[in-house]
Amino acid sequence: MGELLVEKHAKYIITVEKRKDDFESVVMEHLRLNGAYWGLTTLDIMGKLGAVEQDEVISWVMQCQHESGGFGGNIGHDPHLLYTLSAIQVLALFDKLHVLDIDKVSNYIAGLQNEDGSFSGDIWGEVDTRFSYISILSLTLLHRLDKIDVGKAVKYIISCKNVDGGFGCTPGAESHAGQIFCCVAALAITGSLHHVDKDLLGWWLCERQVKSGGLNGRPEKLPDVCCSCDIVISISKSVMSFIDSHVVASQVCYSWWVLSSLIMIDRVHWIDKGKLVQFILDCQDKENGGISDRPDDAVDVFHTYFGVAGLSLLEYPGIKPIDPAYALPVDVVNRVMLGR
Amino acid sequence: MDYFRAIYLANERSPRSLQLTAEAIQLNPGNYTVWQFRRVVLEALAVDLHEELKFVDRIAGDNSKNYQIWHHRRWLAEKLGADAVTNELEFTKKIFSQDAKNYHAWSHRQWVLQALGGWEDELAYCQQLLEDDIYNNSAWNQRYFVVTRSPLLGGLAAMRESEVKYTVQAIRASPENESPWRYLRGLYKNDTQSLVEDSQAASVLLDVLTSKNSHVHALSLLLDLLCHGFEPSQELRSAIDVLTPESCSPDLALTKRISSILEHADPTRVKYWNWRKSTTPVQSAQCQNTDRLANLSMQ
Repeated sequence: MGELLVEKHAKYIITVEKRKDDFESVVMEHLRLNGAYWGLTTLDIMGKLGAVEQDEVISWVMQCQHESGGFGGNIGHDPHLLYTLSAIQVLALFDKLHVLDIDKVSNYIAGLQNEDGSFSGDIWGEVDTRFSYISILSLTLLHRLDKIDVGKAVKYIISCKNVDGGFGCTPGAESHAGQIFCCVAALAITGSLHHVDKDLLGWWLCERQVKSGGLNGRPEKLPDVCCSCDIVISISKSVMSFIDSHVVASQVCYSWWVLSSLIMIDRVHWIDKGKLVQFILDCQDKENGGISDRPDDAVDVFHTYFGVAGLSLLEYPGIKPIDPAYALPVDVVNRVMLGR
Repeated sequence: MDYFRAIYLANERSPRSLQLTAEAIQLNPGNYTVWQFRRVVLEALAVDLHEELKFVDRIAGDNSKNYQIWHHRRWLAEKLGADAVTNELEFTKKIFSQDAKNYHAWSHRQWVLQALGGWEDELAYCQQLLEDDIYNNSAWNQRYFVVTRSPLLGGLAAMRESEVKYTVQAIRASPENESPWRYLRGLYKNDTQSLVEDSQAASVLLDVLTSKNSHVHALSLLLDLLCHGFEPSQELRSAIDVLTPESCSPDLALTKRISSILEHADPTRVKYWNWRKSTTPVQSAQCQNTDRLANLSMQ
């Protein structure tokens, strides 16, 4: 059995974060703030956040803020909820939330709630339960949840529940592990988990584990070969164009979505954890660091985050525990929420 | 990109700007800022939006999993209204012919049906997709969406009988397929008693459990039904007898034996089945287990 190559992964992430001119950076340019969140959270879980030039990162993050209060994916890009959450999370990692004009940011987020309780991602109005999660989490981290109608927000999420116990992006949409993560986490944060059919959803989630030990995102024909990250519901909207450029199929990302959901509903013991740990470790690039979607594929920061975060949820030794709902290290959540 | 930056910063809403956004999008269709600016320019110039649809068609060919394209398309369809229905349904069909589970395309299609209409052929379309691939969970989901939400079909109650018939056939064809089993449960949402009494369900259970196929989903449903007062036939009991591992005492209650078979047949989830065993009563009826079927939830 291999082990987690902490030093190599840290080196890999720092190298990628510094790169600005190669192809991957150009395609990633508009979602760099997402990338920063993935990379920096991974470093923090592995106890390597100190290797980063903190002031440089914070100054760059603040330059991504738009006059509306929201953040764009990079300097000069339009604001969107996705990057606003990433900015808040990155600042939380560095214990720098106080540099924000909290009311301005929270007013931007609250302004995106619709009459039915749902949230739009930006002024153009796309609605998705991902945005419900992002808004609820962002405002919780800013201690401003009272700016939105939480009751209505919860009601909308529940309207997206399916007969299989899972959740989709809008009412009637297919259940998918990424979407389930967003909905269950939003319900967990707002103390509304009693709306989840835990046994039914737990069964659906544990059915996602396949023979290799890895997980898929929804029922399908050949679980061992065609799981796809194509529906990356992630915290990222436009990562698609990046992922699609070199990844056809994937599993490691589901370790995070399925596992965190199972933990939140207290059913994680229903899967074979040992096999999943092995599967994630097998996806490491043992030479140059980084984790890929599946064994022997090309690595990227996105899957390195989901792999390491997944191992953290599986209580892998030597790394920090991550909170399954807040998607931040537990000590960071405690510091922000409880002032410890 | 530098030219784009310049016109974006100058907020220049001109044909030249439109051209530059097109070039920037071709370079990187994931750049949401460019798309957003393009909509501003399109609105300002009052461009023929049918032309814009053609532009999106060209870009979408290679980028069917890009959120921006779908979002832009919805914006266009919203502007064009009922005129857009046929075109949008055809467009998503084209995407499904390459990737039948594209989440973005399904989301778009559901939005078109609900916002603009076009339900007439949707059930037939689901049928066709399932003929192509009976494992397509997205198509099963869409089928449920149509049966429960189409204004033309009379709702779940009116559709149940014919849908059960269809589902049971699909189960017989591939009993290891998780989707139709879940669909069957969905058809009896909030009415478990009718599922317990449905002779088609009992009959498909017997067929699957006496075949050489995977028994996991059949056993799982049988366990649930037993918890709700289902009275198994002698043949069904005999089928369970055959499947019961030798290590298991034949005197053990039926529900306990079924759980034991599942623990052996599906070792990955042994702990789940073990939990089912521990919460299943010895006698049928009154399941202490959370009312799994009855709670199949509101949507």
